[in-house]
Amino acid sequence: MTILETKKLGISFGGLRAVDDFSISIQKGQLYGLIGPNGAGKTTVFNLLTGVYKPTDGSITLDGENITGKSTIEISKAGIARTFQNIRLFKNLSVLDNVKLGLHNRVKYNLLTSIFKVGSYSRKEEEMNKIALELLRVFGLENEAQLPASSLPYGMQRKLEIARALATNPKLLLLDEPAAGMNPNETAELMETIKFVRDEFDMTILLIEHDMRLVAGICEEICVLNFGTVLAKGKTSEVLNDPRVITAYLGE
Amino acid sequence: MGAKSEKNKPFPGGIGRFRQKYDNNFLISFGIMIAIFLFCFLMIATGNATRHFKSLLVPAGINIILAISLNLVVGILGELSLGHAGFMSVGAYAGCLFSIYTQELFPIGVRFPLSLLVGGLVAAFFGLVIGVPVLRLKGDYLAIVTLAFGEIIRSVIINLDFTGGAAGLKNIEKHTTYTSVFIIILITLFVILNLINSRHGRAIMAIRDNRIAAESLGVNITYFKLLSFILAAFFAGIAGVLYGHNIGSLTAAQFDYNRSIEILVMVVLGGMGNIKGSIISAILITIIPEMLRGADKYRMLFYSIILIIMMLLNASPRFAEFKRKIRIKNLASALKSKSRQKEEV
Repeated sequence: MTILETKKLGISFGGLRAVDDFSISIQKGQLYGLIGPNGAGKTTVFNLLTGVYKPTDGSITLDGENITGKSTIEISKAGIARTFQNIRLFKNLSVLDNVKLGLHNRVKYNLLTSIFKVGSYSRKEEEMNKIALELLRVFGLENEAQLPASSLPYGMQRKLEIARALATNPKLLLLDEPAAGMNPNETAELMETIKFVRDEFDMTILLIEHDMRLVAGICEEICVLNFGTVLAKGKTSEVLNDPRVITAYLGE
Repeated sequence: MGAKSEKNKPFPGGIGRFRQKYDNNFLISFGIMIAIFLFCFLMIATGNATRHFKSLLVPAGINIILAISLNLVVGILGELSLGHAGFMSVGAYAGCLFSIYTQELFPIGVRFPLSLLVGGLVAAFFGLVIGVPVLRLKGDYLAIVTLAFGEIIRSVIINLDFTGGAAGLKNIEKHTTYTSVFIIILITLFVILNLINSRHGRAIMAIRDNRIAAESLGVNITYFKLLSFILAAFFAGIAGVLYGHNIGSLTAAQFDYNRSIEILVMVVLGGMGNIKGSIISAILITIIPEMLRGADKYRMLFYSIILIIMMLLNASPRFAEFKRKIRIKNLASALKSKSRQKEEV
């Protein structure tokens, strides 16, 4: 079953064609890698998929629903969640509250309930605490639940960002360079975490990464971007041995 | 994932229903306010309160309302607004005009609360009208536009007839008592603290901490920005009505940008996003200039110096450490360990 399909997706900033003719199709439960040299347009693709930029042409379909040109909020509700290249946590909020923000559109109560703390307030908050703590437990963060997010070490912040994204109950999870700034041990642990997330949550994951060991280790299919266009795509082992990919990105 | 085996581990700290609803922030802020009220009540009941003391109660209370409500925008939402006095004046004029024109219609017990509500609602409406275009701006730009709004309001009021023009609005009945101000403070605290500790408050703070991440989680930025802007304007408007009904007259000059800055100083001094701090600093900023009256022409000099010292102290890590030490909880444990040492000796 196809979860994400993009057809001839493209965007221009003035005269610059940042992404052109980008067509991929990701199946449910797949771990899909997006690689390429710096400035190839990988993060731009993420920004197109999440509605930060509106594509100038092409279409995006998520689980059969056309989400081309929709706003970030609508796309989040439709089921795409993401993490960021430079970690973007709510620094002054607690670890628990960070995850509870992922539940913002899942467990709801209205403004009057907020202000007067009557009706469903306690029930809904308890429900949120339960889901959020369950997620934190999965990532081994439950003992840090009450700490401010900024006090976590780097690796845990990465995990918290993934937990927060998963809290939105997405159909597709986008990870933007999850291993950036990690040492080999941390990267190995992260690979386990990503695989675990895929299996445990039956998640479809699209990730951008420069660490080839991670990509080769966990991605079933990859797509190589170069100057905004698709250089090669397909089975990981095949693509990584493609001479064009080696010249453009991997190096001889 | 070995963490899974610890499934039955209780929540750290343990959140009961009551504590979920009313966190430390809430209980301490209410505690402070009730203690202050009891203190003032006792002072007055025992005849210890001077006229001067009594005359400061209402202005201090009004400043508390203004500081708490501005803190919602500046500290919780993280947007710099320099137009708080503008909303205050809109509310003041609306509420006071309402109470003047309905003098025969309602008895005072109905008219005063109604005029408070009218003042709040009109200010909130202005908050909405100004907020929609202005909240697209960020940081410095927003500050400048809100500053301009305050000034525009002031010149419009001076040039209108029904507001009494430059001469101002006179003959407003003086209904504001320190009890009524106290009640309004409690309502303001209740609404704003409850909001902060809820799904909506979390969303507002998320926007402050990282707008892009908040948006990616489906948080409606415009809605929550407007919500805090409107709520802050609403309470500023009510504070304005209380102000008018305390002084008995209104002139536009009272609501110039100095007033906005003064409220901002209270928020910054008390700590961004710190509601308890806003209460205390609002009281200090009201009292200090009055205490310095004896110093006559050096008054403003001393006032500025005290402000600078307080700001420096507030920002200093050593003072933060000192504050941590003198917390009641820590004091108690320090005393305990001392007495234990003595026993051992």
